[in-house]
This record gives sequence, C-alpha cells and structure tokens, in this order.
Amino acid sequence: MDRNGLEKQCLEVRRLIVKSVYEAGSGHPGGSLSGVELLTTLFENFLKFDPKNPKSDSRDYFILSKGHCAPLLYSIMAFKGYFPVEELKTLRKLGSRLQGHPDALKLPGIEVSTGSLGQGFGVAAGIALSLKIDKKVNKVYALLGDGELQEGTVWETAMAASHFKLDNFCAVIDSNKFQIDGSVETVMGVEPIKQKFESFGWECVQINGHDLKQVDEAYQAFLSHKSGKPFLIVADTLKGKGVSFMENTEKFHGKAPSPEEFEKAMIELGEKAL
Amino acid sequence: MIKKAMREAYGLKLVELGQKNQTIVVLDADLSGSTKTNLFQKQFPDRHFNMGIAECNMLLFASGMSIAGKTVFASSFAMFAAGRAWEIVRNTIAHDKLNVKIVATHAGISVGEDGGSHQANEDIAIMRAIPNMRVLCPADAYETGQIIEYASETEGPFYIRLTRDSSPVFLEERKTVFNPEKALVLEEGKEICIISTGLMTYTALMVQELLKSKNIFASVIHLSSIKPLDEKTLLQSVQKAKLVVVCEEHSIIGGLGSAVAECLSEKSPKKITRIGIPDVFGQSGKSDELFDYYGININKIVEKIEKIF
Repeated sequence: MDRNGLEKQCLEVRRLIVKSVYEAGSGHPGGSLSGVELLTTLFENFLKFDPKNPKSDSRDYFILSKGHCAPLLYSIMAFKGYFPVEELKTLRKLGSRLQGHPDALKLPGIEVSTGSLGQGFGVAAGIALSLKIDKKVNKVYALLGDGELQEGTVWETAMAASHFKLDNFCAVIDSNKFQIDGSVETVMGVEPIKQKFESFGWECVQINGHDLKQVDEAYQAFLSHKSGKPFLIVADTLKGKGVSFMENTEKFHGKAPSPEEFEKAMIELGEKAL
Repeated sequence: MIKKAMREAYGLKLVELGQKNQTIVVLDADLSGSTKTNLFQKQFPDRHFNMGIAECNMLLFASGMSIAGKTVFASSFAMFAAGRAWEIVRNTIAHDKLNVKIVATHAGISVGEDGGSHQANEDIAIMRAIPNMRVLCPADAYETGQIIEYASETEGPFYIRLTRDSSPVFLEERKTVFNPEKALVLEEGKEICIISTGLMTYTALMVQELLKSKNIFASVIHLSSIKPLDEKTLLQSVQKAKLVVVCEEHSIIGGLGSAVAECLSEKSPKKITRIGIPDVFGQSGKSDELFDYYGININKIVEKIEKIF
C-alpha cells in the first residue's frame, strides 16, 4: 500500500479504535492510538499472513506483547478480513471472541494470549528460536510498550535473543512515554532504551513512529540487515495520537471516552459520531 | 531392591524419545546436570537449550517453541519452575494449552541439606489450581519413564514432579501401567485406606505391612495423577474404610490431601488424616532426618495411625 493509502488506513484504524473502546465502555485507547502507524504499516506492507489460513506454515508471526492495546490489533485484523468489522462492537462483552486482552483460543490469528506484560516478547523470541533451528525463513515481530520494559523478564528475553542470534526477530517499542500511573520517566525510567538494547547485543534503530516513511524504512532495515543480531525498532510516539485530549497524557491509558468526548474525538478524526 | 533417582529415569527417557521424535526440544535453566537433561544434551546438542538462570524466560521460550510446533520439555528445580514462573505457567502455558511439559525435579523436603529455600512443598497446590494443567507425581523411576513417555505423546501442558534422591524402584516387579484415569490399587485391606503419591507410595506400602503385623488391615492406593483425579477408584476404595490416610511429601495444604478431602467431603464423607509437611518452611538436614522430624516416615506414620484409629 502506498503512502496515501496508508494515511487513510491509519485514520480509519484510529476511528475504529475509538469507536470500539467507546462501545465497550472500557479499554485502552491511549496506547492503541500511539501504535497505529507501526502496526498498520507492518500488516499492510511487510507481514506475511493469510486470514483464511491463520496457521499457514509460511506465515510470519506477530505478537502483541502490549496486549492491552487489543483494540489496535482487532481494528487492523478486521480490515484484513480475520472477522467482520461489525464484530468490533462486541469488544469486551460476554461471549465475544474479542476479549479485553487477546485470546489465542478464542480468536484465530492470535498466536498467543497476551496481557500479562513482558510475556509476549519472550514467547515471540521462542518462536524465532524454533524457526531458526528449523532453518525457516519466516519472521517474527513483537510490539511492546515502553512501560513494559520495566518487567524483568523483558531483559532476560533480550539477553537470550541476542545469545541465540535471533536475527529473524524484530521487536518494536511503541515508546509513547506514558503508563497508567503517569509518565514513564516519573514512574520508573527506562531510557536510554536504544543504548540498553545495544549493550544487550541488539541491532537498533530509533525512529518517529508516526512518520510512515521512517516506519517503512525501519522494517526494510530489519529485512535487509545482516548483523546476525535480533533487531529493535525504538519508535518515539505520542500517547493517544490523533485525538487532541487523549494526547500526551496517562488519562486515557485505560479509560473509555464519555459520550461528549466520543463525539469530539470522532469529529477530530473526520467523522460524525454514530 | 534396586534404587534409582526419578530424574535419572527422566534423562534416559528423554534420550530414548529424542531418537523417535524429532520435534522434541529440551530447555533447562543452568541445572541440566541436576535435572539430568544433560543426558539429552549430550545426544542432541542442537535440540537442547540452556537458558541460564532465568526460569521465567525459559518457560516463555518453551511456549514460543511449542507454538512453532515443538514438543517442549522444560526443567528446573520445582521451587523455580513452579514457584518463580507460576504466573507465566498460568497465563501463557496453561491458558493457551501449549504443548509444554514442565518436569520439575528436587521437589519436597527430600532435597535435604539445601534447606528451606529449595524445598518446594507447595508446588502441587499452586499447579493444581490452574485450569488445563495436569499434575503428575510418579512413585519411582520405573513409573517416571512411563509418565514422561505419556506426556510426550499427549498434546498439552503437564506439570511432572520428581524428587532428587535415589528411591526404591518397586513398581517394575508389579508391572504397573500408567494411566492418568486409573489410580493403582496396590494393596487391598478393609479398615484403613492409605492414599499416596510420589515417593511416599513406597512408604505407604511399608506402613501397610507394619500395620498388618499388628492386625490392622489397610489398602494402598497410588495416585500418580493428582489432576485429573481418578475419583471413581478413590470412592470405591474408601467405601468400607473407617479411616482414610493421605500421604505426600508436600504441604498438607493444597496437595493430594486436599484433593482427596475435597472429593470425599462432597461425595462420601470419611474421617481423613493428612500426612505431609505441616504449614511451615523446611530446614537443612539429611532427608531421612527431615522425614522423621516432620513425621512422614514409616514409624511416625504408623504411630499416628495407631493413635487415631
């Protein structure tokens, strides 16, 4: 998909995130909105997958390690035909396949259930190791939050991915600078992320996670790198990107908009409310 | 009687299975010499991964490798495989029914001299509470081999609890066959029903013999599968018993004693006594000294039974 198409798609994904969280009455819009360009670009232009055959041997693996941002993943999966867009209305409701955090047993296309932070990252690395020893060419991608880096197992995994030279593994940090209790730097600083991973033996790039050109180039860099190291994209992003009152605050980390806020958000996103 | 450690049987069985099944990979957390996965490592260095002292990450990698199609055995001491990594076992391995076999060695107080920090007396309780998890506790090295083979052929998560010490290989001559749905009735006797798991089953048989010499007749039921629990055999076996005695090398809270009490109190209330580690942390000592100290050796159990029967 070209840049123009991606821009439109990203806007549409943002609308679906806000709508589905509003319909659900709860959820995590802030970190979903910050990762839109990162994930839309991945699914549109890089990740190999087949919604009709989600377990295909030739697929690449994507794992949403920051599982609370399920509305972001669900919105993109709906677009790609894993399930009807209409189904987004069932998010977080009794009996729905769209659980508050992704559930691999309920929704085809989810590789592993996530939500407990740090775990998806380690699982993704394990998949990468298995593919590597089988000499397979499939790639593994994981999306993490910056706050998530506070989990200790993240660093156990970072060490092991480097030890096993998992150059088929690309981790993306959606560094939106906020977590539920406040700014990451005030809660428990994680910077400098890039240098930390470099010292753990990773090949790293740092980009603006909303600049589609930079996002595209970062994935290209992963696919063409020959360093023999696992690859990290540190993406500086804006929490709540696209909805002015959700931006740069922890307020909408885990909260749905009120009816008035929803109305305002949809207007900002170029659509009249439902 | 021949004595052999369950972990030894585990390592040897892994080597045997590794030849037949190319999808088997084995992960360890810097204890491969103790868990005996080093036997597999020697034979199949490309399919053994030492994850270093990082049990949580070991089980995350195990999860990922199972998603990519591997049959994964992951080992460490019970304290760390079950204790430290519990939430990963719960949220990833058990929740998604992943094909990961956690084989935990050095369970219980028989670890001995290492002391309380290494004596996992709570692992059955915390593993049993997790949906989808099967909890197996072999009686000897012979049954360990059967259980490891069964786990390798059965899709889904397992927690298999092994101990450190060499212990009598007594089930071999009885030619028992492991079946998770069928508890082993090793001895029949009307008055008392002794139910046991793990290496305590051998002790239970010795208790039964000693009681017999005192004209007290007990049956001995070995439950290697604590979950799922063979309630049918359990209920049949206790039918005529005046006293049910549950023996395990585990805390009296949450283990086999609790599982049996839960079942019987709802379906066939009986007088039950739980033989196990009291609600305390362990301590250093030789394993036989500790079994005596905590009242779970043959003489102490017989004493207790005589007192309450």
